[in-house]
Amino acid sequence: MKPRQQRMLAVGLAVAGVAIAAALTLKAFDENMMFFVEVSNVVAGEYPQERNFRIGGLVVEDSIEREEGSLDMRFRVTDMRCELSVMYNGVLPDLFREGQGVVAHGAMGAGEVFIADKILAKHDENYMAPEVAASLAKHVDEKMAPLQEGGAECNSG
Amino acid sequence: MWKFFHQLASPPHFYRLAATLMPWLAVPALLLIAYGTYAGLFLASPDYQQGDAFRIIYVHVPSAYLSMMAYMFMAISGAIGLIWRLKLAHAVGAAAAPLGAAFTFLALVTGSIWGRPMWGTWWEWGDPRLTSELILLFLYFGYMALRSSIDDTAKADKACAVLALVGVVNVVVVHYSVEWWSSLHQGQTLMKKGGPGMDADMLYPLLAMILGFTFLFGALLARRIRTEVLYRERRTRWVREMILSPEGGR
Amino acid sequence: MDTLAMGNYGVYVWSCFALTLIVIVFSDWRARAHHNQVYRDMEVRIKALEDRQ
Repeated sequence: MKPRQQRMLAVGLAVAGVAIAAALTLKAFDENMMFFVEVSNVVAGEYPQERNFRIGGLVVEDSIEREEGSLDMRFRVTDMRCELSVMYNGVLPDLFREGQGVVAHGAMGAGEVFIADKILAKHDENYMAPEVAASLAKHVDEKMAPLQEGGAECNSG
Repeated sequence: MWKFFHQLASPPHFYRLAATLMPWLAVPALLLIAYGTYAGLFLASPDYQQGDAFRIIYVHVPSAYLSMMAYMFMAISGAIGLIWRLKLAHAVGAAAAPLGAAFTFLALVTGSIWGRPMWGTWWEWGDPRLTSELILLFLYFGYMALRSSIDDTAKADKACAVLALVGVVNVVVVHYSVEWWSSLHQGQTLMKKGGPGMDADMLYPLLAMILGFTFLFGALLARRIRTEVLYRERRTRWVREMILSPEGGR
Repeated sequence: MDTLAMGNYGVYVWSCFALTLIVIVFSDWRARAHHNQVYRDMEVRIKALEDRQ
């Protein structure tokens, strides 16, 4: 082998080695790399018991209830399989609304309710004009319906 | 063909070529960015959810894209420098680092400013996309610090090339972080399956900005490469002759 | 005026565009100054050497 080819091989092996090491490390910390826990996992009891964590999902349509004269509110979050009630008292981001992606930080309280101390909104990767969104909405509803009704079953643990 | 590469690898030729290329990169860059900025700010319709706040995309996405592109550029230059013992390639890598750092900084700060009104937070520790992009900034800083801490240019070149190559794995993580793990950051818009998730009147200004920023990167890089080559070749005959010649070579 | 307000997101949108412009212009301005500095230093050194010979 020429010296140049040896160096090429050395560089290639070094990069491959680092990639494998990184892949294994990330695999080992996979759960910690997750920014939030899916609702289904929370309902199944798979969440950190001793510390606060984040849940992520969509705010269920018509589920927001506000307490008269206070900031207290309650809504349900879904991942299209399971639903979870969330209680919150505080400021909401502009994008927070029904049907919208949401990330809540907090802990499980009594009675299968998630007590949030911080609410963040998550938006999707689609950008469109309001008119386009309106005409698409009908279409999306048709696509979502089977997901919500006939989708995978929610297994609580 | 080989003659072309041979010439390209010759510092005096490269020094002059970079000067010639600069306007050819800068003019398209400015035209594309001017169109992209105007159309993005005033012609594109507001987003159905984010309203006008989504317009931050026109500086955020090109910066984020360049932050990764510049890193790959730097790492590939390092690999070429190591394998072919090409000093010029190391000079190119050295010139790309501060630019990459600048665009990474812009991607982080514009993302943060965008996150405040939309997500409800400036910054969230533990988010894979945000964290890996911050690590990218530190990799650039590490590269520049390593270079300035080693006086021997040849040694600094080698050490930096190795560091750049090791860090490539982080660029892969930045790119796929939103697919591999749950994140506050949304997924790919431009490279998603089934075509870009964006209306045409929003998309074209964004593509113009990305292309414009790429040309801009080339123009900014050309200037920095010239400085790097000039300094590294300061004791050579061609530099002496160029400086003493009546037309100079600034 | 409405366009400038960006539906109440003006501060966020304009600060992003302004910051991007400032960082790019400042970085290139410094790169340019640095290049001229390197060139001038070398010019002085090489011309001084030349005069001595």
